[in-house]
Amino acid sequence: MTAAVETGLTATIHGDRVSLLRVLGPAHVWALGVGIVLVGEFTGWNFAADKGGALAALIVCWIVGLLYTSVAMIDSEVTSTVAAAGGQYAQAKHIVGPLMAFNVALFLVFAYTMLEVSDAILLGDTIVAKAGVEGLTHNSFIAATIVVLAWLNYRGVLMTLNVNFVITAIAYVSIVILFFSVSPWTQGAVLKLNELVTPGNALPYGWIGVIAAFQFGIWYYLGIEGTTQAAEEVRSPARSLPYGTMAGMITLLIAAAMTWYVCASLMPWEYLGITYYPLWDAGKLTGSPLLENLLFIATLLAALASANGCINDAARAWFSLGRDRYLPSWFSAVHPKYRTPYRSILFLLPIALAFAFIADLNQAITFSILSGVLQYTFMSINIMMFRKKWPLGSIRRGYTHPFHPLPAIVLFCLCMVTFFAIFLGFGSQLIAMTVFYFLISLWFHFYRYKFVRRGDQFSMPWPKPQGY
Amino acid sequence: MWMAINYACWGISVLLALWMLYDWFKIDTTYSEDVLTSSREGELEAVSEKHRI
Repeated sequence: MTAAVETGLTATIHGDRVSLLRVLGPAHVWALGVGIVLVGEFTGWNFAADKGGALAALIVCWIVGLLYTSVAMIDSEVTSTVAAAGGQYAQAKHIVGPLMAFNVALFLVFAYTMLEVSDAILLGDTIVAKAGVEGLTHNSFIAATIVVLAWLNYRGVLMTLNVNFVITAIAYVSIVILFFSVSPWTQGAVLKLNELVTPGNALPYGWIGVIAAFQFGIWYYLGIEGTTQAAEEVRSPARSLPYGTMAGMITLLIAAAMTWYVCASLMPWEYLGITYYPLWDAGKLTGSPLLENLLFIATLLAALASANGCINDAARAWFSLGRDRYLPSWFSAVHPKYRTPYRSILFLLPIALAFAFIADLNQAITFSILSGVLQYTFMSINIMMFRKKWPLGSIRRGYTHPFHPLPAIVLFCLCMVTFFAIFLGFGSQLIAMTVFYFLISLWFHFYRYKFVRRGDQFSMPWPKPQGY
Repeated sequence: MWMAINYACWGISVLLALWMLYDWFKIDTTYSEDVLTSSREGELEAVSEKHRI
């Protein structure tokens, strides 16, 4: 500290502690959530058509939309009360217990890091596809994406999410422009939905195809729950988090519906189910160079926004684990000038780079989806325990979700269906991941937990839970 | 042009990675570990929440 006084850097330390900076508002929360998710409209959701046909992609759009609406409502209630970095990790720690919290934090880090890897690979592949130059590989674009965004995150959360707001808004507006450019109110002029989706080919594999399509239907909304990672950096968590999350969910439901309608009306399901660029292809099929280029740029921006938000969220989950000594406390350092979890950002950077260079897109995104669905399953159990231990009226809530326990039951049932769908397509990965979380839980329980300061980890000034 | 962008991406990546490593070293040697890891969860809530429903 003496050296710091000498260099004059202490001016950046506020009070006795260096903590994350509370500078964000609801728009940043929206930018974080929608920014992570919107790439799913530009690629990913369309593989649902390969599993079950174009109509299956629409059915899962709405049913998985229900799953995520439940996620958003449940998350908004709990996070408006447990406003700490780490989001669902902090929720699990206070409501379920340390072992669950450790697992949830790993779900978060895996889900976001693997999604970041997928985004970087997508961005690199999109540029290579556009360039069409022999000898050009995606590696440099992947490296630039991950390093530049890590640098942005390192330099401060406000600029990071301001950038995310702008690029997410541009990508979103491009979908709206595409939608209105193809005269959606007139079938036959540009769109040919009635010719491409007929009673004969709407569900080519029947209802089992719809079940199988759940796995990719997750792409429409994967990551909206990431808004909660900003809990410690928003000025008014009780107001901003529910508002930003619910606004984000509404935005995504509209984008998903527009995307399906345009793409299913321009491409046969056999092609729609295998292309990596459904919206870019839709732009090409309109015959307008302007729309084609707009959708190309929007695909890149959506991938950038998603990777940016993922770096933000994965670093905060890792940082929270360090702060509670679930991992070495070295990871809990906050940059005294930029007020970011800089060591966590730097630690996860080479891991993301390594996966991006050696993994393929399908593997990376399957691990991300698996970790995400494990997390949603936890959330359905978590809210039941939260309402039981701290009923309405016992603690202050920024938001109270309606129809409890219906959203929790719906969420749990849909998670089970999604696990079955993943088992159909990626059974070995599902088993491998389950074994990994089991072994890491044993390590935490028998070795790591003795380093945790047990009294310090429960930080919310709540009354004792009912029944204790 | 694309190959030039390709090399520029490598260059930017290396420069920014080096800058982050330099800043990391500078911060870690300037401040004590106690200061850097002094963040605590829920501090603001502990002050503002009274739980009078």
